Amino acid sequence: MSLLQVKDLNIEFHDHIIPETVVYDFDLEIDQGEIVGLVGESGSGKSMSAMAIAGLLSRHDMTKRGSIIFDGTDMLNCSRDKLRSIQGDTLSVVFQEPMTSLDPLKKIGYQVGESMMLHRPDISPEDRKKRVIEVMSHVDLDEPEKLYDMYPHELSGGMRQRVMIAAAMAITPKLLIADEPTTALDVTIQAEVIELLKHINRKHNTSILFISHDLSLVRSLCDRVLVMQQGRIVESGSTKQVFEHPAMEYTKKLISSIPKVEIDDTDC
Amino acid sequence: MIAILKKIASAIITIVVVSCLVFIAFSVIPGDPAVAKLGTQATPEKLEALRIKMGLNEPLLKRFVLWLSGIVRGDFSTSYSYSMSVNSLIAEKIPVTLILALYSLIIMIVISIPVAVFAARHKGDVIERTVTIINQVIMSIPPFFGGILISLVFGMTLKLFTPGAYVSYSKNLGAFLAYMFFPALALALPKAAMAVSLLYTSIVDELKKDYVRTAYSRGNSTKGVFYNHILKNACIPVITFLGMAIADMIAGSIVIEQVFSIPGLGRILLTSIQNRDYPVVEAIIVIIAALVILSNLLVDIMYRVIDPRVGRSNE
Amino acid sequence: MNKGKKNINLILGLILAGIAIIPALVGIFWTPYSTEAMDVSLKLSAPDMRHLLGCDNYGRDILSRLMAGSKITLIIGIGTVFFGCSIGTMVGALTGYYGGLIDNVLMRVNDVLFSFPSILLAMVFVSLTGAGNLQLVIALGIAFIPSYARVVRAEFIRNKNMDYVMAARLAGASNLRIIFVHILPNTIKVLVSSILIGFNNAVLAEAGLSFLGIGVKPPEASLGSMLSDAQTYLFSRPSMVVYPGVALILMILGIALISKEIK
Repeated sequence: MSLLQVKDLNIEFHDHIIPETVVYDFDLEIDQGEIVGLVGESGSGKSMSAMAIAGLLSRHDMTKRGSIIFDGTDMLNCSRDKLRSIQGDTLSVVFQEPMTSLDPLKKIGYQVGESMMLHRPDISPEDRKKRVIEVMSHVDLDEPEKLYDMYPHELSGGMRQRVMIAAAMAITPKLLIADEPTTALDVTIQAEVIELLKHINRKHNTSILFISHDLSLVRSLCDRVLVMQQGRIVESGSTKQVFEHPAMEYTKKLISSIPKVEIDDTDC
Repeated sequence: MIAILKKIASAIITIVVVSCLVFIAFSVIPGDPAVAKLGTQATPEKLEALRIKMGLNEPLLKRFVLWLSGIVRGDFSTSYSYSMSVNSLIAEKIPVTLILALYSLIIMIVISIPVAVFAARHKGDVIERTVTIINQVIMSIPPFFGGILISLVFGMTLKLFTPGAYVSYSKNLGAFLAYMFFPALALALPKAAMAVSLLYTSIVDELKKDYVRTAYSRGNSTKGVFYNHILKNACIPVITFLGMAIADMIAGSIVIEQVFSIPGLGRILLTSIQNRDYPVVEAIIVIIAALVILSNLLVDIMYRVIDPRVGRSNE
Repeated sequence: MNKGKKNINLILGLILAGIAIIPALVGIFWTPYSTEAMDVSLKLSAPDMRHLLGCDNYGRDILSRLMAGSKITLIIGIGTVFFGCSIGTMVGALTGYYGGLIDNVLMRVNDVLFSFPSILLAMVFVSLTGAGNLQLVIALGIAFIPSYARVVRAEFIRNKNMDYVMAARLAGASNLRIIFVHILPNTIKVLVSSILIGFNNAVLAEAGLSFLGIGVKPPEASLGSMLSDAQTYLFSRPSMVVYPGVALILMILGIALISKEIK
């Protein structure tokens, strides 16, 4: 059985008088070790679906139908405690804005070690610090000992995103959801982050759900791709197939909008 | 560190400047303290003798230097109307006013944080609206009227204390603190209402921030997110308010002392203003100014300690 | 729903402020009895048909004094706002527009004054100038200058490099013309809300000073001094405290609600 199985997911909002459906009949399966890309324009429902999988949509003002089974747990119907025991442990998220996604008043070390503190309370603070520094050096952060006591505002955007990734990887999740992790970064740093994600995937066999509107990044990183438009998955398949023989007009348009640069896709 | 030293230097300069302004203001106003003391019927010789004794015939600059050097040594010269040093007149009264202000500051903090948190957790429902309405009304009650109402309700109706039965802190500290609770409450309530509305708005703003979602994504419980992340961030805009609140509480205690018959700085300041006893007025104004400036300095330092983003770049 | 709530606040504010201010306006022209006429036989008498709110410790009609007291409070409040706001706006406009050394010096003075509680500042001025209504307006007005100067200065700094100012400059408008004709009208919106808040603070400060006996001179009625008189009779006649207190609260609460909505 695959690690993540999403079937017929429908998300409906109730904060207006007329309910508004934003995601229709969403199906997704991710196997252990697989990297799946979810692409589409902003507002296509890709982030909404990902947040639903991560259990981060508030339970007010919206209904979710269908099923999300992650690692044997029904994410839509399990208790809050159960959900929390998964979040940050077997399932982690890296968000788009590394500046605002980090707590400005907490030291980097605390934030990287937070999920370890919550899910592995038996690890002593000294050991935790040691492991946090280790994780930080694994994501290519220089001088992790020094960074440990620094605050988010003292870091550059790329470093902050590495910190976010380190925090997400602190206790090696089975699934990493990366929601537009490179959008706020410079092009050169984008490439580095993509390399880092590939490395993590290979080393820990962590599955990655990579959400982006940047098709060139998806092409260089992902095994499989799903294309979303107006809340629906309009096309899915292996990266090679989708990019070389797009079936839908929409996908063709998306692909043709990629700037013509030679992309190294030997990893795909 | 350098930024903090700069702030301290600037605070000291401000205190000196305020002292100068106070001295100049009280020196140039019309009216002769000697006449004020002896009355208009006094003979010119007697008046002249008193002026010389009080040092009023010296040039302004010399008097200022004498006065200022006195302050630096902690000596606020002599009262006109009581033949005693200003120091002995006010020394016992400073702690009374200071304790009243601190007491109400503590009450304000103790009330406002839980109420704001409570209201924020019930955002959108009846509880939040009720808190908002009560808040708005309390903010509109002048502190001295609040004080009168408190003596009416807690003192005369519920008999929890006897209005006017002040006990000095040197006689019985426990009874003193018990009596001071109600004046401090009167002083704290309007400020607490303001703090609640500020903190509430701030918490609601913080709830929308991205780092909250990150904290949830790591498996924090709602309480964990709230107390470990949101509350500290939400307090930052309120810290600035704290400086103003302390200043207002020190000033407000002057009025509240009058309502509850507390012999603090306020009482003697009022009699001195009415008697035109300028050395006492000057001394109290300078002391209160210094307290206000110092508390602002403390708040500023606290701000720097809590928020790592402030002032680190100049180090 | 939000819009409806806004209007409720505004209407409620107008009603509350109206209840407090209309008797004050009537009080300018007419009060049921003289506010200073004492009648010992009516000392602390209970409300009846002739004296709707009863009489105070000197046998004066409380309703009349309440009207007159609200009137004085209103006049001093408006006078203070007028005085403080006009000077504060000048200072804020000039420092904000020109910047430089004057700005630095004035703003430092301003900061010191601003961090200083206004009632204390007013006490200093009153002790310098002596009691009296005009003195009170000047003292309170000076005490409130910094709050207006701050707001106006911030607005001027925000506006002075905007395109419309640049356009006016290119069209050859003089600095004074830009300040008064172009930028000043744009600060009105922010200024109105600080004027309302300033009015409330002035009312509070006046009541406080009069309560302490260094504001409005007795026997003239003022809400603050009425409260101070009434405190002595708190036990025997609690209602004497309630009337002026409630009048104050209504005025402040009403204006606060209005200013909240205007913001």
